Amino acid sequence: MSDRSDRADRKGSGMGEPVIALRGVRAELGARPVLRGIDLTVGRGEVVALLGANGSGKSTAVRTVIGQVPVSAGTVELFGTPRARFRDWARLGYVPQRTTAAGGVPATVTEVVSSGRLSRTRFGLFRKADHAAVRHALELVDLADRAGDPVDALSGGQHQRVLIARALVAEPELLIMDEPMAGVDLASQEVLAATLRAQVAQGTTVLLVLHELGPLEPLIDRAVVLRDGCVLHDGPPPRAVGQHALPGHDHVHPSPTAALGGGAAHHCHDPHAPADAGPLRTGLLS
Amino acid sequence: MEILDYAFMQRALLAAVLVGITAPAVGIYLVQRRQALMGDGIGHVAMTGVGLGFLLSASPVWMATLVSVLGAVLMELIRWYGRTRGDIALAMLFYGGMAGGVLFINLAPGGSNANLTSYLFGSLSTVSESDVTAICLLAAFVVLVALGLRRQLFAVSQDEEFARVTGLPVRALNLLTAVTAAVTVTVAMRVVGLLLVSALMVVPVAAAQQLSRSFAATFAVAVAIGVTVTIGGTVTSYYQDVPPGATIVLLTIAAFLLLTALAAPLARRRARALAAGGPPADPAECAIPATRAPDGGVGV
Repeated sequence: MSDRSDRADRKGSGMGEPVIALRGVRAELGARPVLRGIDLTVGRGEVVALLGANGSGKSTAVRTVIGQVPVSAGTVELFGTPRARFRDWARLGYVPQRTTAAGGVPATVTEVVSSGRLSRTRFGLFRKADHAAVRHALELVDLADRAGDPVDALSGGQHQRVLIARALVAEPELLIMDEPMAGVDLASQEVLAATLRAQVAQGTTVLLVLHELGPLEPLIDRAVVLRDGCVLHDGPPPRAVGQHALPGHDHVHPSPTAALGGGAAHHCHDPHAPADAGPLRTGLLS
Repeated sequence: MEILDYAFMQRALLAAVLVGITAPAVGIYLVQRRQALMGDGIGHVAMTGVGLGFLLSASPVWMATLVSVLGAVLMELIRWYGRTRGDIALAMLFYGGMAGGVLFINLAPGGSNANLTSYLFGSLSTVSESDVTAICLLAAFVVLVALGLRRQLFAVSQDEEFARVTGLPVRALNLLTAVTAAVTVTVAMRVVGLLLVSALMVVPVAAAQQLSRSFAATFAVAVAIGVTVTIGGTVTSYYQDVPPGATIVLLTIAAFLLLTALAAPLARRRARALAAGGPPADPAECAIPATRAPDGGVGV
């Protein structure tokens, strides 16, 4: 835990520009407003969890950061550069929700992970260092022995580890993960948590979309809770209590926002307003 | 090998081999992006090019290349912008292309649907010197793209969104894939015909997948199958009086059936090897027995 407060201090002392800065961001999917003016800042070395129910806009928020959802108002900056002018993609590792990666032709673990290295290569030519980076990334997620296996022969958790290796292979400074723990078995959850812990120790900045804090709870510096496209809470993560604090505890809970205030919000509240940001009850949130 | 004594057979075999290489080399990316029938659509559009070639007394091969490249770019743009009813737009493009071909060829002086037949079903023995030159140039382009950009095309076809986040020029690569597929269609037009082109792009890949576990192996085996069936079909058509295009396609399907039959016992043996002497199962696998069952059978 002292690790966490150290990092929080570093961030608190205001070193450098934020890695991610969203200001007043609005976005629509079709005609439906999904983000209704959110602010989100992630400082260097910080680990921020984006929480919220299905449909709260947390995945959309992340997808505006990586430029996959257009922003109708507000600004998005990556490493201090407006998103539209950002080209330094090797600094960013993205782990999508697992469903998006399935091709119609068999591909091995090595082949899929190698595709994450393209941002570090010139014209896609692999040198020795690139092949070594692929092997190293597979070791990080403990899949070196499955390197030659086709990805569709893997379990859900192993597949998720492949996608994380694919993001880590470019040695990014910022890791963006969309629900990395969804549908992941216990053993893989522990491997993932250990991988992430090692990355954070090296100073990697992390933005995670999570349904629940789960086994990653000790790593997280700050939690941002979204509801109906607005920021409901931005502050320290709720502490786990009782058996929820046990590592590997299997969390099956209703959506976090069920516990947070009632009534649908029609405009974004000040996240620091006491009424909304009141004490978060971990038992329901985590 | 008296078959090689005839110049027309030399040209035919050269064209057949080039098609056997290029069609699966591009087809694998289409199969990977689950657009297996795109080649078929381009084939329909290319008919307008053939018709225009006759009407304007230009080379039907180059005219078909031009029109099918335009059609492929249009298809890619429809996929990009018109998400809502893309299938309807594509249908109009396909059938508009076919109707255009029939119309133009009948407008051409002395033209009739009979001229079209050799392009629809291939006419390997009438491949001319200039056809061979065109086919060689186009095939070189296709091989250069399919092999030279294999990592980029693999990444884009595997996971388009992720490819964008790695900074790849996804839109340009998609257009390039479409253009390369269109060029391949016109390369294959004289050999197997526009209506059968897609079979050579898709079926060798599907057949290779029955055995292979990696993308690289699928690519190599698919090209090997492509070359084998195109040579086999051409030689067969020389000795037996059968149309080469149809023979090649039926041989490809026979290869698919053969490899599928071989795959089942191979999968069982792999599963047994894994269960008996394989590496110790890691806890992740033990934790979820449900995923074990497909483990052995998948990926062969």
